[in-house]
Amino acid sequence: MNTDTLSTLNTEDAGRGGSREVRNRGRQEEALLRTENLAVGYGKQNVVEGIALRAEPGKILCLIGPNGAGKSTLLRTLIRELPPTAGAVWLEGRNLNGYGDRELATMRAAVLTGRPEPEMMRCEEVVEAGRYPYTGRLGILSREDRARVRECMEQVGILSLADRDFQCISDGQRQRVLLARALCQEPKLLVLDEPTSFLDIRHKLDFLQLLRDLIREKQIAAVMSMHELELAQRFADTLICIRDGRIDRAGPPEEVLTGGYIERLYGMDRGTYDCLTGTAEAGRLTGAPKVFVIGGGGSGIPVYRKLRRQGIPFAAGVLQENDLDLPAARALGSLVITDRAFERISPEKAEEALRVLERCESVICTVSFGDQNRENRRLMERGKELGILRTADGMEEA
Amino acid sequence: MTEQRERRIQRIILCFTALVLLMLALAALNLACGSASLSPGELLTALGSAGGKSTASRIVWDIRLPRLLAAALLGGALSVSGFLLQTFFSNPIAGPFVLGVSSGAKLTVALTMIFCLSRGLPLSAAGMIAAAFAGSVLAMGLVLLAAGKLRGMARLIVCGVMIGYICSAITDFVVTFAEDSNIVNLHNWSLGSFSGIGWPELRVASLTVGAALVWTVFLSKSMGAYQLGESYAGSMGVNLRRFRTALILLSSVLSACVTAFAGPISFVGIAVPGLMKGLFRTAKPLLMIPACFLGGGCFCLLCDLIARTVFSPTELSISSVTAVFGAPVVIGMLLRRGKKTAP
Repeated sequence: MNTDTLSTLNTEDAGRGGSREVRNRGRQEEALLRTENLAVGYGKQNVVEGIALRAEPGKILCLIGPNGAGKSTLLRTLIRELPPTAGAVWLEGRNLNGYGDRELATMRAAVLTGRPEPEMMRCEEVVEAGRYPYTGRLGILSREDRARVRECMEQVGILSLADRDFQCISDGQRQRVLLARALCQEPKLLVLDEPTSFLDIRHKLDFLQLLRDLIREKQIAAVMSMHELELAQRFADTLICIRDGRIDRAGPPEEVLTGGYIERLYGMDRGTYDCLTGTAEAGRLTGAPKVFVIGGGGSGIPVYRKLRRQGIPFAAGVLQENDLDLPAARALGSLVITDRAFERISPEKAEEALRVLERCESVICTVSFGDQNRENRRLMERGKELGILRTADGMEEA
Repeated sequence: MTEQRERRIQRIILCFTALVLLMLALAALNLACGSASLSPGELLTALGSAGGKSTASRIVWDIRLPRLLAAALLGGALSVSGFLLQTFFSNPIAGPFVLGVSSGAKLTVALTMIFCLSRGLPLSAAGMIAAAFAGSVLAMGLVLLAAGKLRGMARLIVCGVMIGYICSAITDFVVTFAEDSNIVNLHNWSLGSFSGIGWPELRVASLTVGAALVWTVFLSKSMGAYQLGESYAGSMGVNLRRFRTALILLSSVLSACVTAFAGPISFVGIAVPGLMKGLFRTAKPLLMIPACFLGGGCFCLLCDLIARTVFSPTELSISSVTAVFGAPVVIGMLLRRGKKTAP
């Protein structure tokens, strides 16, 4: 099943990038990295088994799954830090065990978790370390090695950091230096273990964008693990979901991340994750609604979240099926009244909402009325009549 | 950019030149000073007449020259050994003395000496090194066993210090019950001193240290990769098992040589590499190995000069002098490190 979904992806992408001929050849050739029935773990203890992966040049393969699922164990096996407990890893059609240390080092490089803390090492020296497999016995860099180091630093945008102490730069800069170091090894396969975990949102995006561009430009195959689902979804070509010691799903993000899957993958028993927008919400409050929110077009979302934080169950309505408010309302509201998309709200639905509203202690209206939602105006007016209409800010008193 | 590179290279050349000059100056002082003071003229004539019968010639050739060469050679070996251990444990205050390696060597050498002396067997220089090496490796093994389970700089050091105490205690015990005639010998040596090292010992020591140093230089490339952590080193093609074994064996041989002939000497192994890293502003092993060797030589020449001359004719133990100069350096390193890691 895994290979099937992957090959759909290949056809789709090849259609954009190359000619039909290239695509066909790509099919027949070995994938750069391939595993079949691979099991990884420690000693005789399997952590994940039955792993079938294919990594292709220019593509990002991303592992997701709960903490402790074995993502790092798998990555460490792919770079040969750990031996497989069963099966094998094939790199360019050759068993990983058949490679010499130096040869393998020119084939794959890694950006690992954990921050190295080398004493008195300038960033440039850290990048230079990546030339290890290319230098002689004493590790003295040739003119060409030096040129490569500069080139990689330039591509990653860290030339200005060259003379700074590696321990005295920010996390975002550090990841870039480590990426430059890995690129310096001129690998065909790049393995990254949670490369964005310590970064702020801006640096996460910067790093992934940079990675995306470099991978495509240099035709490197990347395999990485991530916890940021919303970013994995946007930057990965293929998602591999690991759960309960096996690969649960694999394929392009749009096929893997379907409604309710993330909650299952991570065993979330409270809270929800909306795959389409990549938004996580705290779990729903059950119980009779105390507040009725008349929202729409995204205006209700902040109110829903505020009510959720304060632990007040609420009802929302009437929302059309295509309303921006709807995912959050469904995730958080104890009752949501909806009507068909692209249609005027029907008087029947408004009537139903009115009955709910009358049992609430307050009403909050966050929306202005137009043609499609004009029935909602009746709800607001009823709230006013009952003297329970409040603004969003006045909720604390409610 | 290239300008900065040039400036760095200039700095390195300057530092090496300074170290060599300093070493020559200290060597000259060591030759001239002592309980019998020699004028430059006397010194030159004495140096010119190797094997001469004059007192000056005897003092220079039989006592001072071997002693200063031993101090330079063994001081250098000790600080290179410290640098290797610091790389191995990625811990700037690891060293043969704090990790108990020197004390382990001291114990086995003491046992061997007592055994041989009490039976009237001759103990060769190579035999002493072998005994010290066995002790070093033993103590190192214990530290590694503990360090495998304990992560973190402080615990490793505490563990090493404890092993050092145990070995010292056993040594004291053994020395106490040794026969009277042995004690004078043992007592002097177990405190640490460069006295009593003659040309034959020096020859064996320099061959051993020389061979170990050459091997160390060829390890410098892997050490550079290892400074980024073992996972990165592995991913760059370092054969970790072979590398780690070589590193441990080399640092044990180097410190064993020192302990076999001069007894345990404290702080050189930590303070000198720390000073050299600061001086050269890099921790690149290919530079640090020769730098530590030269620096350690200078440090021990200076300390031995002080040990011999300050309270002459009474000699201080070399360890008390190295501690006076070395300990503040180590404390300084710790303070600077603390400042860096604090937010």
